[in-house]
Amino acid sequence: MSTEKTFKLDGRDIPFDDGDTVMDAALRAGEYIPHLCHDPDFPPHGSCRVCVVGVNGRHTASCTLQASEGMDVDNSSEDILEERRMLLQMLFVEGNHTCPACEKSGDCKLQAVAYHAGMLSPHFTHFFPKRSIDASHPEMMFYYNRCILCGLCVRVSKYEDKKSVFAISGRGIDSRLVFNSPSGKLGDTDFSPTDQAASVCPVGAILPKYLGYETPIGQRLYDFKPISVVGDETARDIAKDKLTNGGPDE
Amino acid sequence: MQDLDSFLHGLLAESGDTPDRLLQHLIAVQKQYSHIPYDAIQVLSERLGIPPVQIYSVIEYYAFLHRNPRGKYDIRFSDNITDRMLGNRLLMQGMCKKLAVEPGIPRDDGKVTIEMTSCTGLCDQGPALLVNGIAVSKLTEMRIHKMVGLIEAGVPVGKWPGKFFIVEDNIQRRDMLLNKRLIKGSALESLLVKGADAILNDLDESGLRGRGGAGFKAGTKWRLCRDAAADEHYVVCNADEGEPGTFKDRVLLNSYADSVFEGMTLCGGIVGARKGFLYLRGEYLYLLKTLENTLQERRDANLLGNNILGQEGFDFDIEIHLGAGAYVCGEESALIESLEGKRGIPRKRPPFPVTSGYMQKPTVVNNVETLLAAARIAVYGGDWFRSAGTPESTGTKLFSISGDCERPGVYEYPFGVTIRQVLEDCGALDTQAVQLSGAAGFTIPPQEFYRQIAFEDVPSGGSLMVFNRQRDLLKMVLNFTRFFCHESCGFCTPCRIGGRLMNDLVEKVMVGYATSYDIHELKKIGRVLQKSAHCGLGTTAPNAVLDTLQKFPGTYSRRLVNKSYEPAFNLDKALEVSRQLTGRDDEEAHLRLGN
Repeated sequence: MSTEKTFKLDGRDIPFDDGDTVMDAALRAGEYIPHLCHDPDFPPHGSCRVCVVGVNGRHTASCTLQASEGMDVDNSSEDILEERRMLLQMLFVEGNHTCPACEKSGDCKLQAVAYHAGMLSPHFTHFFPKRSIDASHPEMMFYYNRCILCGLCVRVSKYEDKKSVFAISGRGIDSRLVFNSPSGKLGDTDFSPTDQAASVCPVGAILPKYLGYETPIGQRLYDFKPISVVGDETARDIAKDKLTNGGPDE
Repeated sequence: MQDLDSFLHGLLAESGDTPDRLLQHLIAVQKQYSHIPYDAIQVLSERLGIPPVQIYSVIEYYAFLHRNPRGKYDIRFSDNITDRMLGNRLLMQGMCKKLAVEPGIPRDDGKVTIEMTSCTGLCDQGPALLVNGIAVSKLTEMRIHKMVGLIEAGVPVGKWPGKFFIVEDNIQRRDMLLNKRLIKGSALESLLVKGADAILNDLDESGLRGRGGAGFKAGTKWRLCRDAAADEHYVVCNADEGEPGTFKDRVLLNSYADSVFEGMTLCGGIVGARKGFLYLRGEYLYLLKTLENTLQERRDANLLGNNILGQEGFDFDIEIHLGAGAYVCGEESALIESLEGKRGIPRKRPPFPVTSGYMQKPTVVNNVETLLAAARIAVYGGDWFRSAGTPESTGTKLFSISGDCERPGVYEYPFGVTIRQVLEDCGALDTQAVQLSGAAGFTIPPQEFYRQIAFEDVPSGGSLMVFNRQRDLLKMVLNFTRFFCHESCGFCTPCRIGGRLMNDLVEKVMVGYATSYDIHELKKIGRVLQKSAHCGLGTTAPNAVLDTLQKFPGTYSRRLVNKSYEPAFNLDKALEVSRQLTGRDDEEAHLRLGN
């Protein structure tokens, strides 16, 4: 008999090690829990709440929830699925997400998670905020319209790249990404396409310049397989690939 | 004015250049220069070793810090619903008009800024405002008129009439805590005589539960912190009394500060902490000086510092940190982040502060009132304390009472008191509803006034706002939804966006455009906040909406459009920009829908 510790996820036994979160153990066991602000390669954050699961009648973010023996985790009840859809709809109406006109369409986690969650429309009243674009960087673009404030670029730039190019400033609905330069422009920071932070954006907020529709819509990452199958590693490889193989023509 | 370089140099030399000093330094710079100049950010970045971008993000998190200059007279009207009921809007409009200034925008000559701010904790003597951070109470048209004169004449705030700044305690009912004075140092003597275990047993016996609202057993918290192995432990007094309608901690800090510090020192002695912090909300800046003096008196009396009361190794001192206008910092882990100089974003829990708090060290965070009670329990015993109250909710509780009643102020009652009793005592007549525990609390209708205020019935952190039958409760709800939009830290999706969606829907009800579908939506979004928000403030933010929907459905239903669906988009309103551009506002420039 195996002595490994397990918890139940929708009835299936999931083995885990001490210190694992429910998300860690589930992903390793091949069970997908939708997530946006989380990337398994980096410490969890718990801000988007899309990975919400039910445990003992309480809903909590699985990316920050420590796994424990005998836990009974609900990852698929209608209650949980509806809550996730609503959280996703909130993210869609907060910014301006015009998928058909976005270079990230088909490679975008927000879009892919929304498909996975069965979200058919943004449902809520759009905020239609007036947001700009920062095109000051020679190689990279920043689209405020698409930022979902997941904080991945902030964390990765600070802890992996040791640069602190980004921070989330303001508060509440006025929260926004800011850049570490006197002018506040991305172009005046030391941000580089080779930074790890350049390839972690789950949406189309941070994108390389001079690249458009190299891969036609319909042949992109999540066009072939749903996000529950693709996995985070492949998604980041695609983004990195774009950054290394793209760039201005000589 | 002192030049920036030498000012910063002095500041850094005097109070340190570690990263945790950031917020306190920013508050000092803001006070001196009415904003945080770009050059100050550069200097602080270099000296504290913090990237400028993180400094921007801290400045823009706190409502009282600014990157652009404010007026020389920086005025903030308190905008709790109780201030509104006392007419703050008209007073502010009048002041703006007389001073020819737009809300939120400094006047061209840089003399004055006027805007609204969240509840400043003067609900029993409002309407209130802050001028350069200092509270002015009992505003009237006459008082505003005089202030306008003083501002135009350039009289420094320090030379304004003293009576503007009188803040009364208004203690209307005293019971065991407020009646029993504590002899300075007696709780610490008790600790030295009886020992830490005996005091912890007293606390357990007393049944004292946290007075901030969550109600965690104080004895258990202290024991958990003491037993958490670490080289340092900390004690934090949460005086970030930001819940709208709450002001009892202000009174305790004004008249019972010594007892609060005694409670902190007692806790320090028990858990093995050498350092304590009082986190004082920025709105209570005017208390700072007397609090500092009280600390100095205690140092002089050997009740703080090294070898307290001659006990070898009993070292403990207290430092006061200021907040800067952020409700979320009342949440204990956000408060700790703020103490460390950062944005007040609540941490992931577990770990809890008792094992990993300030600087990741075991930390007790207690409410002002809890610490005051603990000091008395150390002297008078656990039995004394539990002789009042109910078995589950022992002792007495302080209530901040405001709104439609004849005698607003602070009332101390044994737990278990009925709401009806409280209303009779404060002279509330013809009451429509009571809002208990602030904007995040419960709305109580008359048929529930028989209920007891206690953890086992209706729990309360101590705020009680009274609304009579002439009041429109939807105005209260809208005041609270706006408050939560303004105060959400923005970290998690449901609170950041859901809070705004709820506010917009309540506005839609208010202007008469909502349908029963919108009511259904409000309930759905409210449930998402309750279930999935990151912290306790997010999960309680929809309470007022959900409670009034359930208990006062008429407040909403009488305003609904009798249709199943009505778009949020208002075509006529959308034409407003065009009307402004063309300077037209005549009949033809409006769409009259349905006419």
